[in-house]
Amino acid sequence: MDKPSNFVVERAAFPQLFAALDTRGYTIVGPTVRDGAIVYDALRGVDDLPIGWTDAQDGGVYRLARRADAALFGYNTSPHAWKKFLYPPAVRLTHARRENGAWRVMENDDAPPRYAFLGVRACDLAAIEIQDKVFLQGAYQDSIYAARREPAFILAVNCAQAGGTCFCASMGTGPRATQGFDLALTEILEAEQHYFLVQVGTERGAEVLNELAHRQATDEEMARAEKILLETAQHMGRTLDTRDLKALLYQNYEHPHWNAVAARCLACANCTLVCPTCFCSTMEDVTDLSGENAERWRKWDSCFTMDFSYIHGGSVRQTHRARYRQWLTHKLATWIDQFGTSGCVGCGRCITWCPVAIDLTAEVRALRDTETIKGA
Amino acid sequence: MLSTLDSFPARADAHPMQPRLYRAHKRHRETPDTFTLELEAAQDDAPFTFAPGQFNMLYVFGVGEVPISICGDPKRSNLLLHTTRDVGMVTHALSRIKRGDVIGVRGPFGTGWDVERAVTRDVLIVAGGIGLAPLRPVLYSILAQRERFGHVSLLYGARMPEELLYMPELQKWRARLDLDVAVTVDRGTRHWRGDVGVVTTLIPKAACDPARTTAFVCGPEVMMRFTIFELQKRGVSDENIVLSMERNMKCGIGLCGHCQWGPHFICRQGPVFRYNEIRDWFALKEI
Ligand SMILES: Cc1cc2nc3c(=O)[nH]c(=O)nc-3n(C[C@H](O)[C@H](O)[C@H](O)COP(=O)(O)OP(=O)(O)OC[C@H]3O[C@@H](n4cnc5c(N)ncnc54)[C@H](O)[C@@H]3O)c2cc1C
Ligand code: SF4
Ligand code: SF4
Ligand code: FES
Repeated sequence: MDKPSNFVVERAAFPQLFAALDTRGYTIVGPTVRDGAIVYDALRGVDDLPIGWTDAQDGGVYRLARRADAALFGYNTSPHAWKKFLYPPAVRLTHARRENGAWRVMENDDAPPRYAFLGVRACDLAAIEIQDKVFLQGAYQDSIYAARREPAFILAVNCAQAGGTCFCASMGTGPRATQGFDLALTEILEAEQHYFLVQVGTERGAEVLNELAHRQATDEEMARAEKILLETAQHMGRTLDTRDLKALLYQNYEHPHWNAVAARCLACANCTLVCPTCFCSTMEDVTDLSGENAERWRKWDSCFTMDFSYIHGGSVRQTHRARYRQWLTHKLATWIDQFGTSGCVGCGRCITWCPVAIDLTAEVRALRDTETIKGA
Repeated sequence: MLSTLDSFPARADAHPMQPRLYRAHKRHRETPDTFTLELEAAQDDAPFTFAPGQFNMLYVFGVGEVPISICGDPKRSNLLLHTTRDVGMVTHALSRIKRGDVIGVRGPFGTGWDVERAVTRDVLIVAGGIGLAPLRPVLYSILAQRERFGHVSLLYGARMPEELLYMPELQKWRARLDLDVAVTVDRGTRHWRGDVGVVTTLIPKAACDPARTTAFVCGPEVMMRFTIFELQKRGVSDENIVLSMERNMKCGIGLCGHCQWGPHFICRQGPVFRYNEIRDWFALKEI
């Protein structure tokens, strides 16, 4: 594909997408309204999408709201990230059985579904790319992630509006999906019109598109999409100044501001659970009553727990101060040394879902401002 | 500059989270709370090769898995040796392993001491308590090719005489003319006729030319802190002070995030580091 081809799929033709993915054996997951939020879950058809819904997000605030139109993707980020499918919250690693007194390690019968992800935002695409680096591109691969990631079909949806806690534009990850998708859509609702501008990312994506009624996009339609994305980029709810961010954090391990954050932080770990790039896990061992079966489970873990850094004699990070500092510094600084990229994509989830509305963009600003005073 | 993960040697191991089965050949007590397990492969008899300083994840079925350094002779690849202190749930379960019992082993993981880099140089091995275990393979390697090194000393400290590991071996090493062995305890007992004091007090007296000395250090973090200080006082350069770090570890292969220490994953870039690489992090608390 030398030049990006853009097509138009009318809203009326959109349901055909489900059939096309279904016949290819995909388990379709995407946004749907449940328990007062737009979450990612299995979708049976277009009616499961959050038609006409949006979300209002701010520090510590998430609210579902009705839209004036019938947009399919008229919201921003879900409290869930796609990592719950690619990197399951709990998964069995090992199963051993004692037979005639001798332990035998059983074959792991891990046969994950082939997922089609519907409605992946640009920030979340970037997050998946970051987790690819963590799980697939080091010396050791995580086979559980690999088995789910490799076959996954990705339909990205560009953001036609920015959320209250979004700052992808600052992180250079959005609002437009630029790579890593099979198909990318921009949803356009205007007057009587409702259609999707479609960009094809892969051969596989082109095949799926071919099963939907579509036509070449006009220059005017393309310009309209451009304008929408430009506007989205200009209306980010948050901003983060990333200049020399790594150095700023490396030089401020002992900054007094960490105490101020620590005084508010509950160490509840919400931020790490909702973050699409956080990857830490722990192991749990279980046995059945007979003691003849032993299993090891891998579960999501958080650097905010006391146990996380426990070594004989006591935890290394005793204080909330040390734990918040670890989290933020990892996201924005040490991650860069570890994986060659920031660990934050600017999705804003950690701001929205923090019960006390701690906002990393504000914390960085506070560090920076007092830094300047100090340096002046 | 820190290397990115891509520059680490890739391993062919397709299932690094799957333990291989090992059978206890022998368990013997070293001190009241420390024991050595000798393990042999129960699944296949592929030789186990490792570099001094590397560790394994030892898994007691249904109980848990912990990182333990490999403390045997790298040349004897049929037996896997681990000296462990019984401090908690998993290490206690390990302490009850009997001859013939099977445990899971993953590894070897992490970086080694890189004994080869010390060739032609004087060597100071400074160990505190259980810290002698990961350093013993260094001694085996050096003694197997003794003529390639300069002056070699082992400085070993423990809290009490009964907490000294590998007593019979220490006696043998002590009798050698090509190895200085100095042993000290924090608190002596009636029968103790050796040095009393912390291990760092042995450093000023150790025979070596600081400008061409490599020091291998392992022990509790405070002990390493004071050891570094004493070594620097003698003029050993930071680059030639090599130490082994310890953090909580759940995977050993850079995936679980637990062992992070600033930008480092101790299971991958470590556990063995040169002091110049980690100086800044070593100075900070609660990292
Ligand atoms: C690279 C490395 C090499 C080691 N080599 C040895 C050795 O040769 N001999 C030896 O006796 N000990 C060694 N240790 C320490 C040993 O791993 C701990 O004593 C052990 O994990 C304690 O587990 P537990 O379940 O018995 O204790 P608990 O107190 O019940 O610990 C609970 C959990 O915390 C974690 N944990 C606790 N202490 C440590 C620790 N010090 N390091 C890492 N994780 C810890 C483990 O996941 C453990 O399962 C080493 C540690 C590391 C990191
Ligand atoms: S740190 Fe916060 S804003 Fe950044 S990727 Fe994670 S959840 Fe999103
Ligand atoms: S920053 Fe907020 S969400 Fe994260 S642990 Fe602290 S209180 Fe919980
Ligand atoms: S022990 Fe899991 S990342 Fe190092």
